[in-house]
Amino acid sequence: MELARIEKLVEKYFEGTTTTAEEKELRAYFSQDEVAPHLVAYRPMFRYFSEARKEKSEKEFRIKPGKRRNYAWLSVAATVAIAVGIWFSSRPSAEEKEALLAYQETVEALYMIGENLNKGTDKIEYLNEFEETKNKILPVENR
Amino acid sequence: MKQAEFLHTVMPFKDKLFRLAKRLLVSTEEAEDAMQEVLLKLWANKSKIGTYRSVEAFAVTATKNYCLDRLRSKQAGNLKLVHSNYTDENISLQREIEARDSVSLMQEIMESLPEQQKIILQLRDVEQYEFEEISEMLDMNPTAVRVALSRARKTVREELIKKHNYGVG
Repeated sequence: MELARIEKLVEKYFEGTTTTAEEKELRAYFSQDEVAPHLVAYRPMFRYFSEARKEKSEKEFRIKPGKRRNYAWLSVAATVAIAVGIWFSSRPSAEEKEALLAYQETVEALYMIGENLNKGTDKIEYLNEFEETKNKILPVENR
Repeated sequence: MKQAEFLHTVMPFKDKLFRLAKRLLVSTEEAEDAMQEVLLKLWANKSKIGTYRSVEAFAVTATKNYCLDRLRSKQAGNLKLVHSNYTDENISLQREIEARDSVSLMQEIMESLPEQQKIILQLRDVEQYEFEEISEMLDMNPTAVRVALSRARKTVREELIKKHNYGVG
């Protein structure tokens, strides 16, 4: 390769005006064993870039299925669970219902007793009436 | 997009993402994590893949952003030792010995560059992307890319000549 051309390319390279094709030429030149003494200082640079490009990741990339889940449905499920929980806890339990029923039945029974008692006092009213009438007919002293 | 089709799309450039991540994060493990993360994100948004002008350019941009974020959060999370206060003779001597190997010398020089120059040098001189592609990936105009590239190359040159004059090369 013509040395003058390489020198010119090196110059352009440091100005950032070489094309990728020209940079390839430079890497090829510096990969040789024979490099002009005044350019040898740049050799590690170009060799390093060629070497660095060969490095590969040892780790194999794999898409883990289900690793990334859609959590949107989870919030829906949580909302439903909470709502059901609140509904159950606010609803009277079976025991409470039984107690309520017993209470109502007791109240009814007491009312029934009360009514019957009142029936009894109604009958006593008749007795009073009878007493008064009797007193009118039979003189009190005759008794 | 099916899984096989997706893998077929990303396989040709996945190592480029890895190398860019490693350039920035240095650690191989962290670079692999970065690549994995970027590709999984791409897969999760596979319905949008058709809308990207270039999937590869998009993935490079995502990798760059991911790595810069990692570096920022690392900086924020750790107290950094300030090394400028003292010089450890042993370490610098050891560095000199290591630096005799031109690959590790170049690695060291690359590491010392500012992030943006590192990225541009990686994309151009290692991955051989065109200016138009790099300017799309970095959202910079091509002239700015060229200027930063030239600056990065000249810094590398200076460092190399410095070392070369010490008898390394």
